[in-house]
Amino acid sequence: MTALQHKDVSPIAHLTPEDIEAIGRELDAIREDVLESRGQSDADYIRRLIAIQRSLELGSRAVLLISMFPPAWIAGTVGLSISKILENMEIGHNVMHGQWDWMRDPKIHSTTWEWDNASPADLWKHAHNELHHTYTNVLGKDHDLGYGLMRVDEEQPWSRAMLAQPLYNFLNMLVFEYGIAVYDLEIGKYLKGRKSKEEFSSGVKKVLRKVRRNALRDYVVHPLLSGPSAIPTLAANVTANVVRNIWTHSVIMCGHFPKGVETFTKQSIEGETRGEWYLRQMLGSANISGGPLLHIMTGNLSYQIEHHLFPDLPSNRYQEVAPKVQALFEKYGLTYVTGSMPHQVASAWAKIIRLSVPSTDQSYLRELDELEQRKPVAA
Amino acid sequence: MRRTTSSSLGGLRAALVRVAAAATTPLLPDDYLDLVAPLRRGTHRARLLAVVPETSSSATLVLRPSAGWTAHAPGQNVRLGVDVDGVRLWRSYSLTSPVRPDGSITVTVSVVPDGAVSTHLVRAAEVGDIVELEGPDGDFVLSSPLPQRALFVTAGSGITPVIGMLRASLAGLDDVVVVHSARTADDVLFGRELRAWASDGRIRLVERHTAADGRLTTDELEQLVPDLADRETWACGPNGLVDAVVGLFEDRGWSHRLHVERFRPVAAVLGEGGSVTFARTGATVDADGSRPLLVEGEDAGVLLRSGCRMGICYGCVVPLEEGAVRDVRDGAITVAAPGDGVLIQTCINAPAGPCVIDA
Repeated sequence: MTALQHKDVSPIAHLTPEDIEAIGRELDAIREDVLESRGQSDADYIRRLIAIQRSLELGSRAVLLISMFPPAWIAGTVGLSISKILENMEIGHNVMHGQWDWMRDPKIHSTTWEWDNASPADLWKHAHNELHHTYTNVLGKDHDLGYGLMRVDEEQPWSRAMLAQPLYNFLNMLVFEYGIAVYDLEIGKYLKGRKSKEEFSSGVKKVLRKVRRNALRDYVVHPLLSGPSAIPTLAANVTANVVRNIWTHSVIMCGHFPKGVETFTKQSIEGETRGEWYLRQMLGSANISGGPLLHIMTGNLSYQIEHHLFPDLPSNRYQEVAPKVQALFEKYGLTYVTGSMPHQVASAWAKIIRLSVPSTDQSYLRELDELEQRKPVAA
Repeated sequence: MRRTTSSSLGGLRAALVRVAAAATTPLLPDDYLDLVAPLRRGTHRARLLAVVPETSSSATLVLRPSAGWTAHAPGQNVRLGVDVDGVRLWRSYSLTSPVRPDGSITVTVSVVPDGAVSTHLVRAAEVGDIVELEGPDGDFVLSSPLPQRALFVTAGSGITPVIGMLRASLAGLDDVVVVHSARTADDVLFGRELRAWASDGRIRLVERHTAADGRLTTDELEQLVPDLADRETWACGPNGLVDAVVGLFEDRGWSHRLHVERFRPVAAVLGEGGSVTFARTGATVDADGSRPLLVEGEDAGVLLRSGCRMGICYGCVVPLEEGAVRDVRDGAITVAAPGDGVLIQTCINAPAGPCVIDA
């Protein structure tokens, strides 16, 4: 049985094991509907998006060849930032999830895709697809919970270093692609002797090679090709990478850190059924509300709940699935956590700041919560 | 002098390619070129130029291959990779054109019942579509020098490689007999062309309409073609026909004069489980179809990659070389014919018949 961590009022106490399996069956049926209707229009969507992104990247880089003219710099930098965000989020993340493997196109396949990010595809897929998506929000197992650096849940132990976690989080935001790469190397696991030296150092080599290649492209080749516009092009590329970093960091913080998202203990997932796994994904994720542009720019991680329930369904279908999923939450008396991007980002930051100080005294925290109306009684 | 120029040009070209690769990583320059020139030299694709109906259930596709296409020998086949409802499916088709000056090629496709690709190509493909193209391959071609007397024994779409040979080389063939079986006269592929050749005396055509007259037997073949012993023979069609002709020629000791092409079986055997062969490790296990391939392989000591073991992480994907598997979550069947190499997740797919895994 899935159990939440030590909470006074469990948000799933009212559910029987039969309810949980019924939820699983309903979600399976929703998944089945999408699989049955998956076809040419979905394939056209991802191919069109990839063509748009590549054209945008090519066009932006071409414009940056004359980036000494400010309008060119602005247009090129905006275009390149958008292109990098699309490439990482709606394309790279989702292709590497296997969302498009069903097309059997070797060029758009999880086993062959490489993205414009410091973390090589194979390391990222292991850390993200295998660990984070399997052990979502399980304390001590899912290192996405604070990336092993920060405390983002009351149940995580506090240490003095965490006083500075708002600062870490800010710095990590600026260099997020490198943060992801370091994270995917699983340094902690290596130091604890649970990852062999060979495996670790081969990972380090892969990361360094990828970082070098990307840096050569953005900070040497394209600036040199720009001739007299070398310095503005360099600045444009740095800017685009930082914009991409800030955006992806913000989107990803919104996925599991905002108020209302639940965490789970290691013991609670022993012998977990499919229904219980689904339930953990439902409670462990948060959505971002907004329009179509927001959804595309977040790689549809604005539908984080749907993504965690169905990580291998094509991202363009989360939107149509969301109302059915939300209805299921309502039917079973569960809280569908969602909010606008500014609201969710603020909520995640508030948690990181609040948890940078120790909270051993739970009653004190609860009072604080109630006063600030930050968290429901369940927390 | 000339040599210096060309080698420095080569060096410049190599340097440009390196810069282009450094500028486009992690993609390749080719990924961008695909946006504007999908049929450039070095790619393996074709654009559909025309769809010409043949019989009520078949059509000839005129294709322009990528630049640098290797000219085929008539009788050879190509593999077409076609996106049907978003899914890339591969099938082999015989080339029906001689080598043409404009570089275009044709294949003639007959609709197979429940055949996703053939149905798509005959009924839904549109001029301008781009398909993947591999080949040409195959040794079912005319011998060189051309035989003095030739016999072609075909049935159904087994005529397709033969029509390519005849179109290319009929002028050089003095004595040709074609024994072709089809359900009815209207079902004879290239019927008008074959009959015109026959009435011009360029070939002797024997049509067998199986709906009325039943299937051709080898005894009948010997009666129809009395000088069978002296004819270089090409046979192509369903396995029943090819097996019968092979048997006859073996019995008579004429096998060295027989060339055959068999249709690749498209539908794999479906059932509850079957033998699973892990091609790289050489292990074979008899599976009842109740457990995922990953578990079957692990129990047999095969080293397989795995991740979440529940179908979400795609860490366990390997090619299914041949056979059928069933998704244990929803029962969806995935089928692969030899050469397809369909990528499947081993953790949620169980054998649904005999299958071969590239692991």
